[in-house]
Amino acid sequence: MSNAVSALQGASFDGYCKVEEAGLTGMITLRGDLASDGVAKAVKAVTGAAMPGQGEVTEGAKGRVGWMSPDELLLIVDHADAAAIVEAATASLGDEHSLVVNVSDARAVYRVKGAACREVIAKLAPADTSVMQPGMLRRTRIAQIPAAFYLEDDETAVLVCFRSVAQYAFDLLKDAVEPGGEVF
Amino acid sequence: MLILECPYCGVMADETDLHGGGEAHLKRFGPGSSDDDFETYLFHRKNPKGVHFERWRHVSGCGKWFHAARNTMTLEVYGTYPAQTYEPPKDLVAKIKKKHPEWGGYE
Amino acid sequence: MSTRLAQGGRLIDRSKPKNFTFNGKRMKGYEGDTLAAALLGEDQMLMGRSFKYHRPRGVVASGAEEPNALVNLGQGERFEPNQRVTTTELFDGLYATSQNHWPSLEFDVGVVNNYAARFLPAGFYYKTFMAPKAAWKHVFEPIIRKSAGLGQVPTEADVDRYEHYYYHTDVVIIGGGVAGLASALAAGRSGAKVLMMEQTHHWGGRAAVDGGEIDGQSVDAWIDAAVAELEGMENVTLRTRMMASGVYDHGYVLGYERVADHTPGDGRPRHRLWRIRTKQIVTATGAIERPLSFAGNDIPGVMLASAVRDYAVNWGVSIGDRTVVVTNNDDGYRTALTLKEAGMEVPAVLDARAEATGPLAEAARAAGIRVEAGKAIAKVHGGKRVTGVSVCLQAGEGSTLEEIKCDAVAMSGGWSPVVHMWSHCGGKLIWDEAQAHFRPDPNRAPTSHDGEAFVVTAGTASGAMSLAETLEDAYAAGKAASKAAGGKAIRKAGPKAEAEAEQPMAPVWIMPQGAGPQKRMKMWLDYQNDVKVSDVQLAAREGYESVEHTKRYTTLGMATDQGKLSNINGLAVLSDALDQEIPTTGTTTFRPPYTPISFGAIAGEARHEIFQPIRRTPMHQWHEDAGAYMEPVGHWRRPYCYAKPGETNEQAVHREVLNTRENLGLLDASTLGKLIVKGPDAGKFMDMMYTNMMSNLAIGKCRYGLMCSENGFLSDDGVVARIDEETWLCHTTSGGADRIHAWMEEWLQTEWWDWKVYVANVTEQLAQVAVVGPNARKVLEKLGGMDLSKETLPFMQWADGKIGEFDARVYRISFSGELSYEIAVPASQGRAFWDALLEAGEEFGVMPYGTECLHIMRAEKGFIMIGDETDGTVIPQDLGLNWAISKKKEDFLGKRAQQRSHMTDPERWKLVGLETLDGSVLPDGAYAVGEGNNVHGQRNMIGRVTSTYYSPTLKKGIAMGLVLHGPDRMGEVISFPTVDGSNTVIKARICDPVFYDKDGEKQNV
Repeated sequence: MSNAVSALQGASFDGYCKVEEAGLTGMITLRGDLASDGVAKAVKAVTGAAMPGQGEVTEGAKGRVGWMSPDELLLIVDHADAAAIVEAATASLGDEHSLVVNVSDARAVYRVKGAACREVIAKLAPADTSVMQPGMLRRTRIAQIPAAFYLEDDETAVLVCFRSVAQYAFDLLKDAVEPGGEVF
Repeated sequence: MLILECPYCGVMADETDLHGGGEAHLKRFGPGSSDDDFETYLFHRKNPKGVHFERWRHVSGCGKWFHAARNTMTLEVYGTYPAQTYEPPKDLVAKIKKKHPEWGGYE
Repeated sequence: MSTRLAQGGRLIDRSKPKNFTFNGKRMKGYEGDTLAAALLGEDQMLMGRSFKYHRPRGVVASGAEEPNALVNLGQGERFEPNQRVTTTELFDGLYATSQNHWPSLEFDVGVVNNYAARFLPAGFYYKTFMAPKAAWKHVFEPIIRKSAGLGQVPTEADVDRYEHYYYHTDVVIIGGGVAGLASALAAGRSGAKVLMMEQTHHWGGRAAVDGGEIDGQSVDAWIDAAVAELEGMENVTLRTRMMASGVYDHGYVLGYERVADHTPGDGRPRHRLWRIRTKQIVTATGAIERPLSFAGNDIPGVMLASAVRDYAVNWGVSIGDRTVVVTNNDDGYRTALTLKEAGMEVPAVLDARAEATGPLAEAARAAGIRVEAGKAIAKVHGGKRVTGVSVCLQAGEGSTLEEIKCDAVAMSGGWSPVVHMWSHCGGKLIWDEAQAHFRPDPNRAPTSHDGEAFVVTAGTASGAMSLAETLEDAYAAGKAASKAAGGKAIRKAGPKAEAEAEQPMAPVWIMPQGAGPQKRMKMWLDYQNDVKVSDVQLAAREGYESVEHTKRYTTLGMATDQGKLSNINGLAVLSDALDQEIPTTGTTTFRPPYTPISFGAIAGEARHEIFQPIRRTPMHQWHEDAGAYMEPVGHWRRPYCYAKPGETNEQAVHREVLNTRENLGLLDASTLGKLIVKGPDAGKFMDMMYTNMMSNLAIGKCRYGLMCSENGFLSDDGVVARIDEETWLCHTTSGGADRIHAWMEEWLQTEWWDWKVYVANVTEQLAQVAVVGPNARKVLEKLGGMDLSKETLPFMQWADGKIGEFDARVYRISFSGELSYEIAVPASQGRAFWDALLEAGEEFGVMPYGTECLHIMRAEKGFIMIGDETDGTVIPQDLGLNWAISKKKEDFLGKRAQQRSHMTDPERWKLVGLETLDGSVLPDGAYAVGEGNNVHGQRNMIGRVTSTYYSPTLKKGIAMGLVLHGPDRMGEVISFPTVDGSNTVIKARICDPVFYDKDGEKQNV
């Protein structure tokens, strides 16, 4: 859809780390029995990724899959493909008790780029960011809102929050990367 | 400020990531129950000095409810376990009993 | 006079002068100075006035324990009162003014309190201002407000920024003196992750001031080597200018880092609050010297002996030319020796002990200092500055034996370990008879989540008073903590020092021992709050036996210094007055913060635009650009109305109502909660959540539903749509989406965990627009796409399809009574959809409308609003909603509660409409009065207004309210007295709450 826009339309800020809104990102909530073959098969089919274990995020040819809770996954895919993937995953799951929902537009996604990306998130989240490595996902809060984050690589953190608070999250990150605020 | 291990996520969650839900293992009384039973269910709560079983929700984490066995005086946490149970795990009760022989046990 | 010595000052760099201003006077100090050292170096001994008596006060201490020397620091947007000069680092351009005096520091009118001191004893406020009642408000309070208080309140907003930092580690070491360094070496060598914090800007604490050797090197050299070794360890983090503010449950520590207090305006955050989780804590917090209680011990120039020594050694500042030392222990001699060595005069050391035979006393004698054993100070002479002391026998009543001229007095009453960090989380203390202090009891440490001890003390904080003992204790503490935190065992030996023999100290709580009332009235315990020995004794006589009560009655230890100098002396005096042992009296509770921390640090990033999250819909920017007047709805901001130029908000609201009823209105309804409930057991679950039957709702249809708490009270409402065999979509109120989502999850997880139901919150996935009014269908048909005719999509049905190029789900529901479509599109297209509707709607008279218009239209239709008609005590039956409560269902949340006797009581107030006889608008929340009075002599109440508006449609005031027997009293007139002072009564007639289009003809077209 040509007139679709993300919450902050790619806004960015250069501080001692760079903060940028990732733009439109496909996101799908999949609830089901994570131990079932059916779920693993559906996930593999639509993203190419393996099932993530507790606290993990996996990567496949068509997207990433994050472990959100014992019965919930987050599929991160191309925005344009999200609706089709919801249909495909729902079809693949068939009669198995599950719920697949497109939540692409309910989210805002940020990248924090720089060697100090863990430090920046540690200014806002009570989670231990120093132990985070690529492949791990943590749900926690940043300041007063829920958020999840994972590392794409050692110097790129991806942070996901709700769309309605996109501006608040961006302003928080902007404040945290303000030059002069380096902790180390 | 407490930290509790979320039995679903396996993380030591900060109290600010959690939401307290009061006494655990309440039995629900619905239509057809006596006034006394219903009153107990709605309003009567234990307030022990010592071992207590509580409900907590990992609200900014996985969103799941779990239970914690905690000492209200020392704040020692004996263990956490998923909420899908009518009573605390036997081994947890035994562990607490061993540590506090004077404790009356879970009833 | 106090002055800068020609030499000395291990912490200052004389090649780097720093200019500053105190009370408008330009002064000079050096890099490395505290403001206290710089002021003393410029002979500024008088620094402030006391709180109650406005007595002249100078600095007493050299560190965080300072009670007296508080100043206003900075100007304008960087102004902050009550800053301790002893912990303020000097920088170029520092601007300070003294506080708590009028008109000037030198001449303060408030000192009249001093002469009235005998009329202002402990408990004065409680005793004096009791009656008459009116006098409190008009006489006493204004006077007290003027004369009490410390510094001034800032008048400008703080321009600095602050932040938090969450940190997780194995071991936190609090205090970077030699004990902290020794502990850190042990912990660092174990491989554990270590964070060490030091509140000042330099490492090593006070040990170097006292001299001695560690591992054969000077203390300074050892400190440098230890810091170098620690800096080389990857697992060790060192932070100066960071104070541990408090220790909390489960290994939580707050570290208060003063990042840029000494470099204001350099772009860095001023303070950073470290929110630390650690497995183990080592408190190497040192000890604080106690003052001695003698008459005139608060006159400027009377200081702690250790502080006098610190100023000489650390900053090259002498307090006076002639310093009398008064002590009850050997440490005081170190000050005498230091001063003598610096070329100053020490006329005498007055040692309260019967004998002075220790090695330090001998060294003093050898240096030519007169040592007087068994002697005490009877009285200090002087006003704004010490001029001399009267000497007496400690054992007697204070007859003057001789007068010694001096300009400074250095007092040492022994040392008390800093136990705050140990005690914050429940660590217990034991009374050490030999040292006459409370020290941590290592067998009763605070315990953490695993039930194990998580705090260990190190060095003087443990009560180890010599350098040798300190190092041994601290290294062992570092080892123990790192082992408990999972570090590996270490073999390397810790640092060592030679043991030094000392003569035992002798406790002295009053000087002289037999001092009479005149003297006791001049013996200060708490300098900042002006609490004297006589006040504590009076409290005891008046029956205050508990130390906690005495504290509050006298205000002992309640000032901003929290009694760091006064507590032990105070409770010793109380114990003596109560004729009991000190441990029986016990201590007051130690609570965080250790010293006051800034509000900015506590708030962290939460200020200005990120004070709290503001939730925005996809159309938010359009509303703002249109000049909408926004109102908070939860964290959302929603347009209240869209006033045009020259229009009041009220006029705008009325225009929006009429236009929507006559033409076409658009409402941004994106904030409405949208929850998907799916699964084989979803129908059963929906029937439990809602009071009405939802399982039998046909696919494609909508039904209005109510949700109650288990108490039976109405909690939320909204329209439910049946999507497919296993799926329902629930609309909640705007403020209720997260709450109801959590409510559903709670029941599914904790009660019916075997039911196969999943819930997802899609509130923010969808932008939702209410297209309302007689022209609603026309505008949608113009955009094209799906068939929205009455036949294809009747009232209370929904359909998926396309509107123009937008993927849409259309609900034929109405909260206004008009023809209405609520249309959901993906949030990413919400703004484009809104724009398209506005453009297409132009020819149909489209206007956006806000929440107030929505409220009026729903009230005209008699629809209830959660939060207006409900307040947490209202059940659906009160609102005439029995039609929405299933009688067939065996159970739903709230059903059992609604059967309780009070819920079925016919006396419960019930919903009715209200129309005033004169057409005016009833005040919101107004109460209707009935006959007679209640037991309190108040008029009996028979009802209250829950919603009230001017209806532009009906051109009169309309209201809803809950009224006793209301539905049975249609047509009756009841009275609403006003409370605006006009003494009028508004008469209103009880009527049907549906004021407009009762048959629903307009919405069914």
